[in-house]
Amino acid sequence: MSLTLTMRNAPEVPLEAEALSPERFEGMSAAQAAAVAVLYGNRRALVGDFFAIEGHGDGELRLVGDLTKVKRIGCGMSRGRIVVDGNAGMHLGVGMSGGAIIVQGDAADSVGLEMLGGQIVIMGNAGHLVGSTIRGGSVGVRGGEIIVHGNAGNETGTGMRRGLIAVGGNTGDFTGANMLAGTIVVLGQLGWRSGAGMKRGSIVSTQPADLLPTFTYACTYRPVMLRLVMAHLRERGLPVTDAHVCGRYRRWSGDAVEANRGEVLLLEQGSGSI
Amino acid sequence: MLLNGVAVEDTFAEAFAMFGARVLITAENEKWGMAAARAMTGFATSVIGCKCEAGIERSVPAAETPDGRPGVSVLLFATSADSVGKRLVERVGQCVMTCPTTACYNALTSDATVVVGGLLRYFGDGFQAAKLVDGRRFWRVPAMDGEFVVEERFGVQPAIGGGNLLILGEDSAPTLAATEAAVEAMRSVPGVILPFPDGVVRCGSKVGSRYKAVIASTNDAYCPTLRAVSSATRLGEGVNCVLEIVIDGLDLGAVEEAMRRGMKAAARPGVRQITAGNYGGNLGQYKIGLRGLLNGT
Repeated sequence: MSLTLTMRNAPEVPLEAEALSPERFEGMSAAQAAAVAVLYGNRRALVGDFFAIEGHGDGELRLVGDLTKVKRIGCGMSRGRIVVDGNAGMHLGVGMSGGAIIVQGDAADSVGLEMLGGQIVIMGNAGHLVGSTIRGGSVGVRGGEIIVHGNAGNETGTGMRRGLIAVGGNTGDFTGANMLAGTIVVLGQLGWRSGAGMKRGSIVSTQPADLLPTFTYACTYRPVMLRLVMAHLRERGLPVTDAHVCGRYRRWSGDAVEANRGEVLLLEQGSGSI
Repeated sequence: MLLNGVAVEDTFAEAFAMFGARVLITAENEKWGMAAARAMTGFATSVIGCKCEAGIERSVPAAETPDGRPGVSVLLFATSADSVGKRLVERVGQCVMTCPTTACYNALTSDATVVVGGLLRYFGDGFQAAKLVDGRRFWRVPAMDGEFVVEERFGVQPAIGGGNLLILGEDSAPTLAATEAAVEAMRSVPGVILPFPDGVVRCGSKVGSRYKAVIASTNDAYCPTLRAVSSATRLGEGVNCVLEIVIDGLDLGAVEEAMRRGMKAAARPGVRQITAGNYGGNLGQYKIGLRGLLNGT
């Protein structure tokens, strides 16, 4: 039986709750879980001050309610599963190395910063800096998957080194800026200056995009690799069409101000049939 | 023991421990997938002379392949896991990577793996790129028609090589027809290949020779033209043609099932006897009794 935490007293200021991680609650009863410490603003508080708790810690944590002001959920987690039945606050899954987080609603900024592994799924929208670096850092996501079914904000995947970020809707500006490797797939529209400063890696969009002048058109082709990626995303529940899987993509190489080994692949409109 | 009026000798096929891999080749259409598969499995009839044995297992529908394109499943066997890896690098590199539109994936789940794409990537001369999808690592090697996608590692598992049947017939035509029927039946078994040309061998071999440098030589015991001169002859009256089918499989059960289906299909008019080749049980790790396979059928 999973441990279910239902919000009963909504915090007025951010609740720093990196303790909300499956491994932290493993083997705990509801009473024990209620006594776990969190930081409420600048004051020490207990999980039980905010949540009604049921069940037993068996590796799955269910968080129910509007957790928009609950920050750092699942930070550093390495196993288990978190289901947020509502919205999640900033810094969800930062630095996590394993396990899965599913948010049924929206997530605020900084989802999965510098993530190492595991999976984060946001069924709604996500804020800025999805899978990005922590400010001042140079390497973002090093592994794992982040899937956002809605839109994502600016600087999605900044400094990404490995792994997969997929967005069902649009992304904001500077998607994949300073990317080192890895894959970002955006089924909607890319914002401005996507790929700025990227060294390697792939940014894929199914919509036309304005790219920086430091990107050079290479060719239009049907990348076999994208078939694998798109098929995988379709299995994950994103609205991937046959045209996305087997269409022709325009390949742009860049960023020429860096190693110029990155690529932006833009689906040629109306190219779905073979 | 008679099977449809054909004698089944009370003997066994002597099979050997090998290592095997399963490779899935996909391409824009089945023609090019099959072209790559044929090239990869060419000159792969016997480990004695070819360093490996390989064959086409089956065509794979597009709906079952990772990239949604038509595929061909190939099995490759060698005497060690290390040798399987080397042969895969050679053959995927020379025969699949060179073939238009193809991609190449591991299709065998095993704890033991060998690096294939991780070595072929160097052909990309620094322009290659890796992608990790669902825990599997792939390499994209730039090519003149786009990119060659190949999986980094391929699974390898212990396997069985050298299962065999000998079809002894009255004349060439009925023996060949019976052997062809057996091959068709045996190919319906998953996890096996018949590495010789269209599954059939006409020059079965024995170990050694009167010449020091020759490690295998013609199996005079089953050569009709030598019945009068070879003391080793095993051919009875009325046998004028012998053909062999060699079977390699990923597990013993698959090899046995293929042999069972093969015997049933080969037992037809014009065939005098079905038997199997062995070395007295002294060389191979597996003894597959023919009559035991047919008991209860």
